[in-house]
Amino acid sequence: MPTYQIKVNGASKTVDVTEDTPVLWVLRDHLDLVGTKYGCGIGQCGACTIHVDGTAMRSCSLTLDQIDGKSITTIEGLSEHGTHPVQEAWKEVDVPQCGYCQAGQIMTASAFLENNPNPSEEDVKNAMHGNICRCASYSRIRQAVMIAAENMD
Amino acid sequence: MSTKSNITFSRRAFMRTSSLAGGGMLIGFNLFQACKPKAAPPVDLSLLNYNDFNAFIKIADNGTVTIFSPNPEIGQGVKTAMPMIIAEELDVAWKDVYVEQGILDTENYTRQVAGGSQSIRHGWDALRQTGATAKQMLVNAAAARWGVDASECTVSDGVITNAAGETLGFGDVVKEAALLEVPEDVALKEPKDYKIIGKDAGNVDITKIATGKPLFGLDYKVDGMVYAAVVRPPAFGHKLVSYDDTAAKAMPGVLDVIKIGEKVRGLLAEDPSFSSKISASDKVVVIAESTWQAMKAKEAIKVEWEEETTMESTEEHDKILTDLLDGTTFKTERSDGDIKKAFAEADEILERTYESPFLPHNCMEPMNFFANVTGEKVNLAGPIQTPAWKAGLVAKMLGREEKDIHLEMTRMGGGFGRRLYGDFVLEAAEISDAIKKPVKVVYSREDDMEDGIYRMAIKYRIKAGVKDGKITAYHLKEAAVNSNMYGLIPNFFPAGAIENYQVDTANYESNITTGAWRAPYTNFLAYAEQSFFDELAEMMELDKIQMRLDLLDKVKPEEDERIQYSPERMKEVIKVAVEKSGWGTKPKHIHQGFVNYYCHNTHVAEVADVEIENGEPVVKKITCVVDCGIVINPMGALNQIEGGVIDGVGHSMYGELQFENGRPTANNFDNYRMIRMKEAPEVETHFIQNELSPTGLGEPTLPPAGGAVANAFKAATGNRLYKQPFTKTPELLKVPAKEIIG
Repeated sequence: MPTYQIKVNGASKTVDVTEDTPVLWVLRDHLDLVGTKYGCGIGQCGACTIHVDGTAMRSCSLTLDQIDGKSITTIEGLSEHGTHPVQEAWKEVDVPQCGYCQAGQIMTASAFLENNPNPSEEDVKNAMHGNICRCASYSRIRQAVMIAAENMD
Repeated sequence: MSTKSNITFSRRAFMRTSSLAGGGMLIGFNLFQACKPKAAPPVDLSLLNYNDFNAFIKIADNGTVTIFSPNPEIGQGVKTAMPMIIAEELDVAWKDVYVEQGILDTENYTRQVAGGSQSIRHGWDALRQTGATAKQMLVNAAAARWGVDASECTVSDGVITNAAGETLGFGDVVKEAALLEVPEDVALKEPKDYKIIGKDAGNVDITKIATGKPLFGLDYKVDGMVYAAVVRPPAFGHKLVSYDDTAAKAMPGVLDVIKIGEKVRGLLAEDPSFSSKISASDKVVVIAESTWQAMKAKEAIKVEWEEETTMESTEEHDKILTDLLDGTTFKTERSDGDIKKAFAEADEILERTYESPFLPHNCMEPMNFFANVTGEKVNLAGPIQTPAWKAGLVAKMLGREEKDIHLEMTRMGGGFGRRLYGDFVLEAAEISDAIKKPVKVVYSREDDMEDGIYRMAIKYRIKAGVKDGKITAYHLKEAAVNSNMYGLIPNFFPAGAIENYQVDTANYESNITTGAWRAPYTNFLAYAEQSFFDELAEMMELDKIQMRLDLLDKVKPEEDERIQYSPERMKEVIKVAVEKSGWGTKPKHIHQGFVNYYCHNTHVAEVADVEIENGEPVVKKITCVVDCGIVINPMGALNQIEGGVIDGVGHSMYGELQFENGRPTANNFDNYRMIRMKEAPEVETHFIQNELSPTGLGEPTLPPAGGAVANAFKAATGNRLYKQPFTKTPELLKVPAKEIIG
């Protein structure tokens, strides 16, 4: 099996996997970064969202070749102490019910706010539309993203 | 109204204390049953015994309180709310309380269940009494040390104060307290004195969730663990004939390919009650070093299947259910008066049929489970709503003693009823038993949707008779796949309100596995019945609200113990919903639909606000009024309510799983529509303030939502919707052209 170097959360890692292994499973099974979740495997639900050079992408549909030389950020590396404004807003609003989709929601929201610091509620709804929450915590997700927008530097 | 408990407990029978070897006091208690006479909490935390005690409180020397919450957490918030109730009566500050998911010892397993919105309702009395009893023991210890009467001591935030103003912390007296007799007849607080109950508390796992810590079954991992992907029958009614694993075995990371099924069949022969929940066919299992390798190699297995039973389809189900409604094979669930006579004498009759499809649960965390079967013991771990039931079945299936089964509950990425069944637990155990390794079975999303234990398709036919301007007869017929409404559902509203009343059920036995789905039966019945009442009011030219209130006036629960809903509480939620939603006072472009409903011991009214956008009705807002008694954690309660309402809107709008040739026609989120952010309406919630015992909130706000939407759509488009999902009949969601122009 080929060896790959990947840059995750600021550290360089070496993994030994087949070339078709999606980044999602590299993170989960080979690097023990299980915060990134498997939901659908076809890029439809957003549970596996990570940042690739700051852009939100579905890790279930990415191969290692596609992230060659790029920096990956997962929920575990979003902030050192779990205090990113989006994470703080999530705690303030108490968004989760079951919690399973929330890492993906937080990663989508944080990448969005990086590029859209002053979003309208409509912008937030559009940005978050790709992430399914089966418990339907949508009102609180919307609320938390708006609060985080206020608190982003 | 009083908060006195309905159940009389003997404190000695349901709680015991011990001193912990490492310091501190351990209180073991049993929420639902008496402890065994000789049971005692252990002196070492690693030996927590959940067979006799299903929950524990530890009070450390430094006064910190740890509550080991035993109930499976599926997102319903009990891991936060149940400990809050204890902390309230114990009189500690919520910030000084730590909550841990109960760990299970190797000898025993929990008897707790997540389901039916019952955790809070059943736990209310025992949780309060446990907290209050523990507090009394600590006070008694402090009073003894001071040489004063316990009655002169007061407690606040974990500090005991005597009449002279001296203070002792809980931690200072735990050692003595643990040695005292468990007192009887302790006083419970008055609701006006609550400091924790009724105040917002965040989810106890919020930081772990927001930072991606391992919490869920899919995150569970032990050294040496391998992964299993299962090739399942492609259709219900299929049976494995043969398979060729040559290509799969040559793939990287593949450790083995095996066949399972024999053990499950053995279990089904012994315990057929599980047969509608799991396929008896053999299945082929790929064992690999990683999840991806297992999933990939699964696709490379060539399998030959044969049709063992009928290949069913939605088209056939549709016809079968209609035939059942037209037929005579009913079982009568409740019959008052004489409907036949009343219909014969009626001036006017309204009869309507409502149809619902199969639904998958679609938990965001696909089904998975860990098993490690060794000669010594059987370790199981993962997301399961019914740990005790599954541990028992595994013991039976593998011919082991129940005491050899150790089941660890992880947080669940949703349940919605799917994780009541644990067919995946049996699979994991059979696989590990065969390969003698720790293994985790992982369903792909496609497996999860295609091998479900679905909400069954149901049709309701409702008929009402009117004479002299009064509703004199009501007949509800249910035709369902596999199983029918149960328990008290036939006695829900309008039972008791109409003199001649009958509920009949009939079912068709299918080979498609079906089971509970969030708010079983009522999740569809509420829409059918409340749409019907709306239409009935229109036919009778009555005010829709007044008609409901008048019917409720006739209900006398004191004369019929089967009627558990309260007409008074129902009338109250209706009145508040009318006021808060601005019913009847909205500008012309806002079309409203009204529903009131009772299920899972909770009274709810919902009003949907619909506006026309681009010629189609859009649900903008739901006003929801809830009477769930005392609200333990408003922050968590609101989350459950908002989620339940939006889930109810989403599934009635879009949810449908069709079958062709025995297999579902959708298997992932590209061809199965779930409600998403932009379709989610605003939810405005109002609680009825009272001091009645609390009820659960995981389910009761879901059923009314579909009815509120259907009634508002009628107001907006003029069309009645008789089929779910509503998007199935797009022609009925069009606003007539004259309306738009006008």
